[in-house]
Amino acid sequence: MSELLNVPTMADFMAQGKQPEVLFWVGCAGSFDDRAKKITKAFVKLLNKAKVDFAVLGTEESCTGDPAKRAGNEFLFQMQAVTNIEVMNAYEVKKIVTACPHCFNTIKNEYPELGGNYEVMHHTQFLKDLLDEGRLSIEGGQFKGKRITFHDPCYLGRANNVYEAPRDLIQKLEAELIEMKNCKKNGLCCGAGGAQMFKDAEKGDKEVNVERTEQALDMKPEIIAAGCPFCNTMMTDGVKAKEREDDVKVMDIAELIANAQDL
Amino acid sequence: MDYLPNILFALALFIGIGYFAKNVKKLRRNIGLGQDLDISDNKPERWKNMARIALGQSKMVRRPVAGLLHVIVYVGFIVINIEVLEIIIDGLLGTHRIFSSIGSLYGVLIGTFEILAVLVFVAVIVFWIRRNIIKLKRFWNSEMTSWPKNDANYILYFEMVLMTLFLVMNATDIHFQEMHSGNVISQFIAPWFSHFSEGTVHLIERSAWWLHILGILIFLNYLYFSKHLHILLAFPNTFYASLKPKGEFNNLEAVTKEVKMMMDPNVDPFAAPAENAEVPAKFGASDVQDLNWLQLLNAYTCTECGRCTSECPANQTGKKLSPRKIMMDTRDRLEEVGKNIDANKGTFVDDGKQLLDDYITREELWACTSCNACVEACPVSINPLSIILDMRRYLVMEQSAAPTELNNMMTNIENNGAPWPYNQMDRLNWKNE
Repeated sequence: MSELLNVPTMADFMAQGKQPEVLFWVGCAGSFDDRAKKITKAFVKLLNKAKVDFAVLGTEESCTGDPAKRAGNEFLFQMQAVTNIEVMNAYEVKKIVTACPHCFNTIKNEYPELGGNYEVMHHTQFLKDLLDEGRLSIEGGQFKGKRITFHDPCYLGRANNVYEAPRDLIQKLEAELIEMKNCKKNGLCCGAGGAQMFKDAEKGDKEVNVERTEQALDMKPEIIAAGCPFCNTMMTDGVKAKEREDDVKVMDIAELIANAQDL
Repeated sequence: MDYLPNILFALALFIGIGYFAKNVKKLRRNIGLGQDLDISDNKPERWKNMARIALGQSKMVRRPVAGLLHVIVYVGFIVINIEVLEIIIDGLLGTHRIFSSIGSLYGVLIGTFEILAVLVFVAVIVFWIRRNIIKLKRFWNSEMTSWPKNDANYILYFEMVLMTLFLVMNATDIHFQEMHSGNVISQFIAPWFSHFSEGTVHLIERSAWWLHILGILIFLNYLYFSKHLHILLAFPNTFYASLKPKGEFNNLEAVTKEVKMMMDPNVDPFAAPAENAEVPAKFGASDVQDLNWLQLLNAYTCTECGRCTSECPANQTGKKLSPRKIMMDTRDRLEEVGKNIDANKGTFVDDGKQLLDDYITREELWACTSCNACVEACPVSINPLSIILDMRRYLVMEQSAAPTELNNMMTNIENNGAPWPYNQMDRLNWKNE
């Protein structure tokens, strides 16, 4: 399967004197985390299928600095930001798509002041555009009528008011979209944000991801849909903690669409 | 001697408003202790936000029960205060119900006030029951003991008494009752006093009138010491609140300067600083003076409703962090600093305390997921997250006091451009796996 993936780099494009339509910012999770790599590949398959002229930075990509900034290390954040901006500006990047809401938020909102001005999209927004433009189509297929609940990533939803693109995509799968008690503006965090992903939680009586997973399981879903690699990890762990991994799957929206396409 | 009531009234008004003005000055001084922040952009949008969120209560009604009750008290408060204008004129001039000469409209006005007074009274009773009988969880968190708990109840008692006095004042006003216009509620209370002599009824009316206006002046002065300041500060607070996407955290300018210097190959790293160089800014915040004035205004605006804390994922899962406590601690420390300045002839003398550790613990700060639920929940656009972030910045950049795991994460980013120990050269390996 992997030989089918066509993943050119910005350097490849430059060597040919061309510009891609969009830069796919893979992010650290998408590059290194085993679960997130599957999301990356699913998204690339969709890009290939829709014949999108995209490129990645590959080894020239580096952490956006989001976890450092939220942890309080503004120095490290700005060092990362300035370095990344230098690379992207050298390639004259105009448009970026990413499957990570943290990268999305940081590049979109915090890079402009430091000299990085790009049009930034979350992959669910980008996929929705591809569908609307007719470059990609979904045949209901295997998700028709399935109960799917969407967990809003904080950095996509509350932080940037993107609530509809992921939901529109789920509905295009002809699945039954069910909303949790806390959704959209009131969505409950998965527990990973603000650099919590990289440390143990403070003392309490419960893990945040378990609380959120319980809210999701209350809806009796067959699939918990996510739009963030960190949320995905947290919800997957939550489902395991509740011993429900046999009947409830945690999947990224890109995976749902790629699977519907049988890619 | 005929002018004695007028003189007493003028004196009460002078003292009541004068003392309040003095405390407003102190309030402004304390908020001014914060760092500069230029918020002069987008005025039209800011006015719109203030009209929608503060005046229009748009975020209050997201919780329908509390929201509706609050709208009643709020509308009642504003509308009934038109009556205060008449009371002040009457008090100063020695007239009685000077507006009654406007005719039937007067009846309509007072009738509206009376209905609102009853509605406010009922709403306040429900508020009291929610706090003290039903004991809603958000009113019983650990920071809601002693003064904060009593403060909330005192405000409710105040409002009950003021509304009662207003209705009694109307019910015992024989002249007003004889007008048979506007006494929609008080006509049913008037009979309770019918067995008293006319002189006694008049005495009750005068007492209620005086207690009502004195009560209002006392309440006005209570504001500064209470969480109830929100009735005034909600307006500037919603006006100055951030218009940016919630996910956007500010980039520290002082850091940008240093980063630019580090990246500039032409800068001599060993150059001595210029003679008139500013003292390098402190990174982040360890005390209230390190926060900006908007964050301090936020702290005075907080009315401790606890919607932030009830939405906080950390608090919901039993962690110590409570965004409301962050705001309360900031205000308490700011008040302490203000008193210190007052006691030391206008300069702050180090008292060996600070906001960090003495008020807000590290455990609270590190429990935050930066999810913005608290910011979204606040009905008056307070941002507890910005204070948490500034205090983390101090811990990390001034003290190198991040939790070990976070230090590992940051070292990884520094060395190999990812929060995990993977080689940057392996970033595209997924393609072939």
